[in-house]
Amino acid sequence: MAIYKLQINGRSYEVDVEPDTPLLWVLRDNLGLVGAKYGCGIAQCGACTVHVNGNAMRSCVYPVSAASNAKITTIEGLSEDGSHPVQLAWDEVDVAQCGYCQAGQIMTATALLNKNPKPSAEEIDNAMNGNICRCGTYHRIREAVALAATKQK
Amino acid sequence: MKNEQIGKATSRVDGRAKVTGEAKYAAEFNVPDLTYGFVVSSAIARGKIKSIDTSKALAVNGVLQVFTHENRPGYVWGDEKYQDKDSPPGSPFRPLYQSEIQFSMQPIALVVAETFELARYGASLVEVAYKQDAFDTNFEANIEKAYVPEKYKSTPPPDPRGKPEKAFADAALQIETEYTHPSEHHNPMEMHASVAVWEKDGKLTVYDKIQGVDNSQQYIANAFGMDKEEVRVISPFVGGAFGSGLRPQYQLFLAVLAARELKRSVKVMLTRQQMFSFGHRPKTTQRLAVGAAEDGKLEAIQHDAFAETSKFEDYSENVITWPGVLYKCDNMKLSHKLVGLDVYTPLDMRAPGGTTGIFALECTMDELAYKAGVDPVEFRLKNYSEKDQNQDKPFSSKELKECYRQGAEKFGWSKRNPEPRSMKEGHNLIGWGMAHGAWEATQKEASAKAVLSPDGKLTVSSATADIGTGTYTVMTQIAADTLGLPLQDVTFLLGDTSLPKSPLEGGSWTVSSVGSAVKAACDKVREKLFKLAQQVENSPLKDAKFEEVRFTDGKISLQQDASKAVTITAALKQNGGESIEEQVDSKPADKQDNYAPYTHAATFVEVKVDEDLGTVKVTRIVSAIAGGRVINPKTARSQILGGMVWGIGVALEEEAVMDNNLGRFMNHDLDKYHVPVNADVHDMEVIFVEEKDDIVNPLGAKGLGEIGIVSVAPAIVNAIFHATGKRVRELPVTLDKLL
Repeated sequence: MAIYKLQINGRSYEVDVEPDTPLLWVLRDNLGLVGAKYGCGIAQCGACTVHVNGNAMRSCVYPVSAASNAKITTIEGLSEDGSHPVQLAWDEVDVAQCGYCQAGQIMTATALLNKNPKPSAEEIDNAMNGNICRCGTYHRIREAVALAATKQK
Repeated sequence: MKNEQIGKATSRVDGRAKVTGEAKYAAEFNVPDLTYGFVVSSAIARGKIKSIDTSKALAVNGVLQVFTHENRPGYVWGDEKYQDKDSPPGSPFRPLYQSEIQFSMQPIALVVAETFELARYGASLVEVAYKQDAFDTNFEANIEKAYVPEKYKSTPPPDPRGKPEKAFADAALQIETEYTHPSEHHNPMEMHASVAVWEKDGKLTVYDKIQGVDNSQQYIANAFGMDKEEVRVISPFVGGAFGSGLRPQYQLFLAVLAARELKRSVKVMLTRQQMFSFGHRPKTTQRLAVGAAEDGKLEAIQHDAFAETSKFEDYSENVITWPGVLYKCDNMKLSHKLVGLDVYTPLDMRAPGGTTGIFALECTMDELAYKAGVDPVEFRLKNYSEKDQNQDKPFSSKELKECYRQGAEKFGWSKRNPEPRSMKEGHNLIGWGMAHGAWEATQKEASAKAVLSPDGKLTVSSATADIGTGTYTVMTQIAADTLGLPLQDVTFLLGDTSLPKSPLEGGSWTVSSVGSAVKAACDKVREKLFKLAQQVENSPLKDAKFEEVRFTDGKISLQQDASKAVTITAALKQNGGESIEEQVDSKPADKQDNYAPYTHAATFVEVKVDEDLGTVKVTRIVSAIAGGRVINPKTARSQILGGMVWGIGVALEEEAVMDNNLGRFMNHDLDKYHVPVNADVHDMEVIFVEEKDDIVNPLGAKGLGEIGIVSVAPAIVNAIFHATGKRVRELPVTLDKLL
């Protein structure tokens, strides 16, 4: 076990865990930030996606030892009140059905828009391709990312 | 002005919770002092545990206990104690009951520790010696041993009608086909998980992933000999289920067992691999023999299904119902036999039986339409059924012809050249195919409670579930509509055994059943409110009759003169500061018995097949749906789009592959079990045709969770034939089958 200092959603946390503990489990079990989800544990589905220094990362395979000194953002830190343009677009288009994978989808979409505020349809597809949704919300994910791009300041 | 909540495209009332991470799923209730259980899964498919050594696991600091068949407490182990509301006939699996192994990955131990990592590590230290027995997991090798079950879980096959054998022999056109659908796993994104919270007085609060909390409560009470009052089950959000949460799964039993023994709160969450260790859509082979006249008019249909089940329960689903519902034919013979294998019992999966049966039926009919030289839509119009011939009952409503018309028009079907391989674009062969489908529109008994507080806020509740279907939202709309309240003044509660009883959330019957109960409860509140409104001093409604008023915008007013109105809050003042509370038990009206209620769909598909690589892209899907009155066009569209995506998975991707050397599904992970991804989804359009139905239920609405999937896979397979001239009769249509 070792002590790690983490910067998450603008706050400082300290955890005492094994160095190879995936960041996802530190978030969910140690810190109670359960917005990021476990879906496969092998970086195949994207349900665990968070931002590490602004990049969309799969937290289920990201060891906590690599995360100290990094700036981490989870769905809980995206906005205070669900008013991020991507969240608003998601709601407007009725993207979510069961909702389980949507934190990962939204974190992937926001990482894209932060770097590329006006993505083409193809760029949206390329960015969103790695996130699985079993309810099959893909059509609306595409609609919502395009809509969010128009809402960005 | 009319009440406008029903039929209005409304954003999900729980939408915000789902985009902020606030929505909490079963495994996310991190109560104080929580312990973690990790399941050890059997390495063999059949045999016995000779010995199980837990000493090394127990020696780990922080591991609290390892539960196995050797140290589990003594319960009453009768079959009836483990049967739940969705059990097929047979002897249900009982976790940790005995040393016998009945299927691969059977749970054989639960390691409980202070942290998840310790529990998982402890599980890796449990040493098991097995006596391995011969097992049957090979479906093809056992198909000739298929049997008729003593009792069907599904509707038993109807008696033959007419003279199917003779009519087939005499028919000008004959076709015999064999279609196979593989085993598939639900794979909701959320793992099955249960948190059993040990309360001070020995009672339990359980957070469970389930499509009906009443089912988990009853299961726990029966299995552990507890009173229902001692167990409260809560499930506010379900991260997808598609049928996997109809039955309480073994993690629930294990979490409760551990909590009771340790007198601690216990969380048990399965791994993705373990999600392949319980129910699945059964592998099914279907043989059809269909005869028709020269012009394509049907004369005989024989449809025989052979479907996988376990050795301990007889699971069956409505695979062979569909010819009698979808096609007019006087000579019909239907059968459904089971192939018993050493696997876990199959389980209802989105449109169980419909997905499987309509695929084989619709592909066979496409083959026959080609043989007759008749356009596939024309063929279906020629053989249009005006009643459910299985039950000899007329449909409560059926606007399928309008689905063909609107779907074909939107798709541009009239421009289709019927000749296979007639359309090409670079490397790609282009194909257009279609199919139709149906699904049951059942109403079940359900209860609901409505409480209108003195400040005019309404809370309605029923112990149903929202598995992503939109239950929270549509129930809120129905309640708001009935009482003329704005949506924000209405709260709908679900997923809690302390609420009025509800059927399992499945079978596309939730809007119909729970929605009718919600409406009935609110109707009673309406009557009370009206009486109170008449008691208001100088009430303009004093001499009015109940039938003459309407409820809109928070007011009760005369239909003929909206200025004669009493506000709901004014009426409530007459109730002495008390809330109005009404609970109802609703059930289907007797008149429904005389009708067959179904939703219908027609689906048109374009595929592009790379001639060199055999890859298939579904470039366009148009589905036209006849689903009665649509309560919420927004969530309804989402349901149908989701069904279409599932159809792509069924047609092109999904297959749980059995390794018959190990008796185990070998691709038990999301990298090898392929589900549709973003790149598979292109243009999709949903049309709801107008359909009025006064019989199906008091709302006139039909469920939409399953109708979206049933006709998609056959339409894709038919389009692939049109593109390539190759008829693939075994799903999924992977590129190796096209090269």
